[in-house]
Amino acid sequence: MLTGKKGWAGLKIIVFLLSLMPFLLLVNDAINDQLGANPIETLHFSFGDWALRFLCIGLALTPIKTITGQSWPIRFRRMMGLFAFFYASLHFLVFIVLDLSLSWEAFKDEVPKSPYILMGLLTFLLLIPLAITSTKKMQKRLGRSWLKLHRLVYLAGLTALVHYFWLVKLDYTEPLIYAVVLGALLGIRIAVYCRKAGNLFEP
Amino acid sequence: MLIKTKSNVLSSEVTDRAVFESRREFIKAATLLSAGVMLPISGDAETGKNIGPYSAKLQVTDREDVANYTNYYEFSSNKKDSTILARALKTKPWSVEVAGEVEKPGVYNLEDILKDNPVQERIYRFRCVEAWSMVVPWMGFPLGEMLQRFKPTSKAKFVEFTTLYNPEIMIGQRSNGLDWPYVEGLRMDEAMHPLTIMATGMYGDVLPNQNGAPLRLIVPWKYGFKSIKAIVKIRFMENMPETAWHKSVPEEYGFYANVNPEVAHPRWSQSRERVLGSGIFTPKRNTEKFNGYGEEVAALYSGMDLKKHF
Repeated sequence: MLTGKKGWAGLKIIVFLLSLMPFLLLVNDAINDQLGANPIETLHFSFGDWALRFLCIGLALTPIKTITGQSWPIRFRRMMGLFAFFYASLHFLVFIVLDLSLSWEAFKDEVPKSPYILMGLLTFLLLIPLAITSTKKMQKRLGRSWLKLHRLVYLAGLTALVHYFWLVKLDYTEPLIYAVVLGALLGIRIAVYCRKAGNLFEP
Repeated sequence: MLIKTKSNVLSSEVTDRAVFESRREFIKAATLLSAGVMLPISGDAETGKNIGPYSAKLQVTDREDVANYTNYYEFSSNKKDSTILARALKTKPWSVEVAGEVEKPGVYNLEDILKDNPVQERIYRFRCVEAWSMVVPWMGFPLGEMLQRFKPTSKAKFVEFTTLYNPEIMIGQRSNGLDWPYVEGLRMDEAMHPLTIMATGMYGDVLPNQNGAPLRLIVPWKYGFKSIKAIVKIRFMENMPETAWHKSVPEEYGFYANVNPEVAHPRWSQSRERVLGSGIFTPKRNTEKFNGYGEEVAALYSGMDLKKHF
């Protein structure tokens, strides 16, 4: 097992670069014209998928700690959360800049007609305060309310799922997989919470 | 293959694949040439092929894009997967059952149908209900001429088409979603309209399996899901047939499914479309009513509330 400040810093760099890989690969595909017949859609969907995946990874760290008793996964929680926000931002930017071509007229026409886009925008809005308050400084300054604020991530996970379910035409396989994963991660927390709450009443 | 026998397109007229694949350069050269001699570029100058009526002079989408971006739920809901999985389909021999309100019902070999119906090229816009579009040079023949040969009776008001049902090959049919087999339909006047064709090929070649081989419908003023693939049955009916997407999600997909920017899908706008092959910073194209074929087909729907009959 790695120990010491240097060891952790090295490991963090490796995890950081791995997390950046999907982005780099997509940029590489874009440069080499390998994004398929509908490149904007490929970018848009890929960034959305990765945002959801990093949200799942970030939410998996506390349960891993609970189950294994190891506290080291928590060291990566901020990075995973910020990568979720990074990919969500790219997902949002592809929509605004490439899909809508920065046209306010297109935005006004297309967004209100589309419940799933509205749900996606809401998800992105929910993630913004979490990203802003992700620093250690903010964590200290906000104290207990930081914990409360960051519970918004559960809501963001839920709205992201709804966003996905609403955009699917017929085949719900993929959003269902995410629903099962997020459901399990939330379920573990509820189970832990209930056990703790139960213990309070025991002698 | 099939379409090349008894076709009125001489093999000498069909663009070579190599020539086709270098068509960008070819067009560039043709543009320069015509600029030099002050001649307008016509569709013929572009492809050198015998082009049927109604062929819009449009920038044709790259064949690779058309062949690798197909909705074919019989195989998969993923556009890339369906392209690969569709390779397993055997399209020879193929027969089409003709039934219902018709004087000459029966099971017809595809070869015999093709013998009577010489193919021509039609360059059409293709607009998917998912708000993307492309321009495809189909090879095919007018559906109306084909249907007339079966002598529909006066009771025939609608035509119903059915896709092959073969869950062993079409593995998407093993799961629910749509009520298999896929069924589509047209009103008789829509089916008889000269724009409506049965396609057997594209880009001067046979249809790739994923694009609906060996026989598919093309109705260019309607959303793509009306243009049913791998047809094995044609039934003439007195009443409006129940169609696959309408049966599955009636509030989202109507029987008519005419391209209409004024009528949004309940979950997304239909005002614009992403043109496949356009640059990454190119804005979407404004969708045209009846996909730009209003002059030819709007009269079919005069007096109808298209918001209600979407």
